[in-house]
Amino acid sequence: MIEGFAAALPANAWNWVAVWRRNYLAWKKVALVSILGNLADPMIYLFGLGTGLGIMVGHVDGASYIAFLAAGMVAVSAMTASTLETLYAAFARMHSQRTWEAMLYTHVTLGDIVLGELAWAATKAFLAGTAITIVTVMLGYAAWPSVLYALPIIALTGCVFASLAMIVTALSPSYDYFVFYQTLVLTPMLFLSGAVFPLNQLPDAFQKIARCMPLSHSIDLIRPVMLDRSIAGIALHIGVLGLYALLPFFLSMALLRRRLMR
Amino acid sequence: MDPEDLPRFETGPIERESHGQTSAKSSVPDSLSTVAVDFAGVTKSYGNKVVVDELSFTVASGECFGLLGPNGAGKSTIARMLLGMTCPDAGTITVLGVPVPARARLARRGIGVVPQFDNLDQEFTVRENLLVFGRYFGMSTRQSEAVIPSLLEFARLERKADARVSELSGGMKRCLTMARALINDPQLIVMDEPTTGLDPHARHLIWERLRALLARGKTIILTTHFMEEAERLCDRLCVLEKGRYIAEGRPQALIDEHIGCQVMEIYGGDPHELHSLVKPHSQRIEVSGETLYCYAPDPDQVRAQLQGRAGLRLLLRPANLEDVFLRLTGREMEE
Repeated sequence: MIEGFAAALPANAWNWVAVWRRNYLAWKKVALVSILGNLADPMIYLFGLGTGLGIMVGHVDGASYIAFLAAGMVAVSAMTASTLETLYAAFARMHSQRTWEAMLYTHVTLGDIVLGELAWAATKAFLAGTAITIVTVMLGYAAWPSVLYALPIIALTGCVFASLAMIVTALSPSYDYFVFYQTLVLTPMLFLSGAVFPLNQLPDAFQKIARCMPLSHSIDLIRPVMLDRSIAGIALHIGVLGLYALLPFFLSMALLRRRLMR
Repeated sequence: MDPEDLPRFETGPIERESHGQTSAKSSVPDSLSTVAVDFAGVTKSYGNKVVVDELSFTVASGECFGLLGPNGAGKSTIARMLLGMTCPDAGTITVLGVPVPARARLARRGIGVVPQFDNLDQEFTVRENLLVFGRYFGMSTRQSEAVIPSLLEFARLERKADARVSELSGGMKRCLTMARALINDPQLIVMDEPTTGLDPHARHLIWERLRALLARGKTIILTTHFMEEAERLCDRLCVLEKGRYIAEGRPQALIDEHIGCQVMEIYGGDPHELHSLVKPHSQRIEVSGETLYCYAPDPDQVRAQLQGRAGLRLLLRPANLEDVFLRLTGREMEE
């Protein structure tokens, strides 16, 4: 059993690149549509909520509401992009298109496939998060050049949510189950992580829950660099995000091995 | 003795490529090169259902070995275990001299797979499919591009190189899957139901391509429930039922051993009435639906017995693997 798990681990540090490149080639054919699709949703939220609520709210934590919200939307867009890629697109490649099966005939191991898929989902999250970041910089809602520090955090956020979504992909019998994860996990997380309103007015219990959510750690890193403020507890935030990326990776791999290689 | 004479003397048998012989270029030691695949006492069950039951067989290099059986006989599970995609519960598997699944990744270096269900990338072109698949074996674009022309030629897809897979016919897709399986220049090719779902024209093309591979000295493991395919292509085959091995041998030898005479198919009358009529002249009779299968050493006697009966259709034909299979596993109503 342990021997079998070892054989399914990534074969080496670079094998996953072949999987990533396959997805990149497929994406290149529909890149424009994909970018517009990924960008539209968070932009509508940003300007819809930002201007509408911004009139009533005014300033939050010393920043205009739209600048406050921008950091949240960057993190949320990364979360959404990598989650959707891992849930729907990777599930299709595993299940109906049998792309993974073809990969398993070769030098690629199951671990390489999972790693390649996570890296690809993180790439899409990076593209989506970066696109919104560029828009906010151009409109003057984010501080230049400290906003550049947000880019690696966006990529890490993508890794975290791809990794988490891979567990759902590994467990779901069909597409119909994904909606539970989206509505019961991601939507509450959106409101409990300080993306749209600050957490410090919430009851203590909710604040404690928020401390466990990966999205709040991601926002706690992204918001200060976008507003050019100092970050508190940087190592803790990165450490939590790292754990959220790493542990689900191994868990999802074990689950996928049970599902695909039984 | 002039040493230069020696190499010249040896080139004869090596250059002559013959079906059933190991490639002389193989770097694997001699003791291993003659055995491509070895299953010893392999068992696999899912829950209470035993899918493969203490199965043992050996496939020699350069041979076309058939795994024959109905759906659910365990053929695909055997193919998956051979690739290290499923671990056996008991027994040992050795593929190309390497223990599987422990070192399956190394074994897969020498294996090409043609799966039962197409898993080509539909949105990619023919050429892109080959390039991308080459990368999974660690091949650079340049390395893949060096072999792609010959693969396209093999698959008869030279003119379709830049067509999307979704534009290809079923036969073309299967040819592309075969070409894809050859990108790593494998010694062993595993084909899981290669012609299932294809029209007769495409099926003959696949068979012809498959024979071309055997002529190149490749070893082929073919799973099929299609008797004609097994009879045409396989040097040797193993008949399976519910994961158990029930017979093994060369197709003709199996036919001779289990049937040994011509078969007369009789239909168009009441099978039970006909049964009692021809019984004295038959070695064995089986009824399947409305058809009577009569194994008769002297078919003329049977024919004489049935003379004058209107509406009867008689077909005398040589025995085939299907008869063997149905004899071994039982027709609908065996008598």
